[in-house]
Amino acid sequence: MAIYLTKESKVLVQGMTGGEGMKHTRRMLAAGTDIVGGVNPRKAGRSVDFADRAVPVFGTVREGIEATGADVTVVFVPPAFAKAAVLEAADAGIGLAVVITEGIPVHDSVAFTGHARTKGTRIIGPNCPGLITPGQSNAGIIPADITKPGRIGLVSKSGTLTYQLMYELRDTGFSTCVGIGGDPVVGTSHIDCLAAFQDDSDTELIVLIGEIGGDAEERAAAYIRAHVTKPVVGYVAGFTAPEGRTMGHAGAIVSGSSGTARAKQEALEAAGVRVGGTPTETARLVLETLEVRGDTVRG
Amino acid sequence: MDLYEHQARELFEEHGIVVPRAEVTDSPKEAREIARRLGGRAVVKAQVKTGGRGKAGGIKLAADPAAAELTARQILGMDIKGHTAGTVMLAQPVDIEAEFYVSYVLDRATGGFLAIASTEGGMEIEEVAATRPEAVARIPVDPAEGVTSAKAAEIAAAAGLPPQTVDVLVRLWEVLVREDALLVEVNPLVRTRQGRLLALDGKVTLDDNARFRQARWGAQQDEHHDPLEAVAAARGLTYVKLDGEVGIIGNGAGLVMSTLDVVAGCGARPANFLDIGGGASAQVMADGLSVILSDPAVTAVLVNVFGGITACDAVADGIVQALDTVRLTKPLVVRLDGNNAARGRAILADRAHPLIQQATTMDDAADRAARLAAA
Repeated sequence: MAIYLTKESKVLVQGMTGGEGMKHTRRMLAAGTDIVGGVNPRKAGRSVDFADRAVPVFGTVREGIEATGADVTVVFVPPAFAKAAVLEAADAGIGLAVVITEGIPVHDSVAFTGHARTKGTRIIGPNCPGLITPGQSNAGIIPADITKPGRIGLVSKSGTLTYQLMYELRDTGFSTCVGIGGDPVVGTSHIDCLAAFQDDSDTELIVLIGEIGGDAEERAAAYIRAHVTKPVVGYVAGFTAPEGRTMGHAGAIVSGSSGTARAKQEALEAAGVRVGGTPTETARLVLETLEVRGDTVRG
Repeated sequence: MDLYEHQARELFEEHGIVVPRAEVTDSPKEAREIARRLGGRAVVKAQVKTGGRGKAGGIKLAADPAAAELTARQILGMDIKGHTAGTVMLAQPVDIEAEFYVSYVLDRATGGFLAIASTEGGMEIEEVAATRPEAVARIPVDPAEGVTSAKAAEIAAAAGLPPQTVDVLVRLWEVLVREDALLVEVNPLVRTRQGRLLALDGKVTLDDNARFRQARWGAQQDEHHDPLEAVAAARGLTYVKLDGEVGIIGNGAGLVMSTLDVVAGCGARPANFLDIGGGASAQVMADGLSVILSDPAVTAVLVNVFGGITACDAVADGIVQALDTVRLTKPLVVRLDGNNAARGRAILADRAHPLIQQATTMDDAADRAARLAAA
C-alpha cells in the first residue's frame, strides 16, 4: 500500500505550463503517475499534449478537483506566488500538496503549513524533490528509473543523497521514498514519515537520512525509541562541514542541541539505529539487516 | 543574513523601540567627535556578526573623547572569531538597573515562532537557559494571530517581566513580520535607574528567501571574507573555502557534504564545499573547476556527481568542454553514477586526459583523490 502516494492517486500540477512544470509533468507521466490536470488561471480551458495523453488545464484547484477527483497536487509555482497557490489548494480540500518550489520565504511557509494543518491537508516540502512510490506513482522531481519497487521506506532532507541511496539499493527496492526538503519549516517531518512507514505493511525497513542543522534528527531518534519497532538504518551528512550560522542565543535555547552531525549520529545510535559512515556503508547495513531478518523469518 | 548590531538598532528604532543614542564609524578621529556629541563618555563596540565580543575585548567604555579615539583605534581591525571589526559603534552609556532578555525565533519543531523571555538578560543567557530552564519563558506565538497587547502581556507575565515591556514585545513582533526576520533578539533589554526601557544590544537574522520583497536589504549581500568565495559568489556558485587540500565538486548540498565526510574518512582534508546544483551545464562545471584550481592549497580534485535528473553524459560533456577553457594542472578524479553513467564514463575515457582518472564508487573516488592529494 506504500505511504501517501499510490497508483490510485490522482495528481494535479500547479504551474504545469511553466518550463520546470512541463519537463517534470512529462517525467511524472512516464513514471506512471496519473496526472489528471494542470492549474493556471490564465490558461484555463486549454489542454496540453504529452506523449500519450492530453492534460486539461483548470483555472483553479477547486475546479480541477471537481472535474477529476484529484487528491494530490504538485506545486512548481515561483516563490512569490507559492503561498497563494498552496493556500488555494488547501482551501479546495486537496489531501496532499507536494511543494517543489525552492526559495519560498519562511514566513510564507509558516503561514501555509499552519493553514494546511487546520484544513487536513498534508504538505510535503517546500524546497523538496517530492516523493515516489516506485512502480506506482511519482509526485515531484525524483528520477523514477534509478530504482524499483521493494520493501524499504526512505525519508530524507536531501535530494541527491536520496537518489544515491535509491540507486545503491536498487536491487532491493523501495515502498516509498519521501524527500521532505531541507528548509527550516517543512510540512512533513521525519517523524511523520516514520509513523507512516511503521504502519505500512509494505515497508519492512526504514532508511532515515539527515544532515547538519536544526534538531529534527534528534527528535526523530526520540520518536524511534518510543514508537518504531521496524529496523531503522540512518545516515547523517555534514561531519566536516564548516560551522554554520548560529541563530543568536535563541536557537540554542530552543533546541538545546548543537545541530552537529555527531550529535545527530549519537542520538540515533542511542535509539538503536545503525548509522552508516558513508552512503555505501549505509546501503550495506540495510542489506545486512534485511538478511538477518530474512534468516530469522526462515528459521 | 545576519545584521550588524547597528543595523538591528536602526530597525528597532524605526519600529518605535527605544535605543541608546549611537553612531557608527570606521575612523578613530571621527570616533572622538562622536564621543563629544554623545556627551564625552561612550561605549565603543566592535561591529562584527558574531557573539562573544565583550570577552574578546571588542566592547570597551571610554571615559572621554580622547579615550574614545584611542579605544576605537584598538578595536578597529581587531579579529574576533575570524571576523574583522571594520567599524565601531559608539553608544551613550546608560545607568542599568535591570537587564532582561526578549526574542522571537523560528521554532523548527513546530513550524511556528516562539517568544523567549527572561528577567535574567545579559551575556550568560544561554547558560541560564541550560542550568535553570525555569528562569526562561518559552511561549509559542500563533503566526496567524501575531503578538497583540494581550499576547505580549501573557509573555511578560510568564517571564516575570514588568508590564512596561508589553509595548516593546508588540513592536519587536512587528519587526519580525515586516522585515521577514527569522530571529529578532534584544539582549539585554535594560531598565535604567530613571525607569526607562532601552534595547541596549540586538541581533536580527533576515530570511534570504525574502530578498525579492524586501527592497532595503534585497541587494545587500553577506560579505565574503575569502577572495575565492567572492569570485565564486559572483559566478553564482555555492562555494565555501575550507582548510584542506582535496578540491571537491558535486551536485546537491547533501551529496557534497557527504563527499566531504568520505574524503575526511580517507584521511585527507577537503579544501572546499562546492555545489553545482541540478543543472550542471558545461559553463557551471568550467566555473567551478577554475575556482578550485586557482586555490593554491588544492593538490587534487574530486568530482562526485550522481545523475538523478542530471544525466551523467551531460556532466561528462561539461568536464570535457571545461578543459578547453581551464588548464588542468592538478589530478582530477571523477565519479559518475546514476543516469547515463556508462555513456558519461565513455566520454571521459575517449578524452583520455592524462590527469583525469575515473572511479565507479564514491568511496573509491574519495580514496584515490586522498592518495593523489598526499602524493
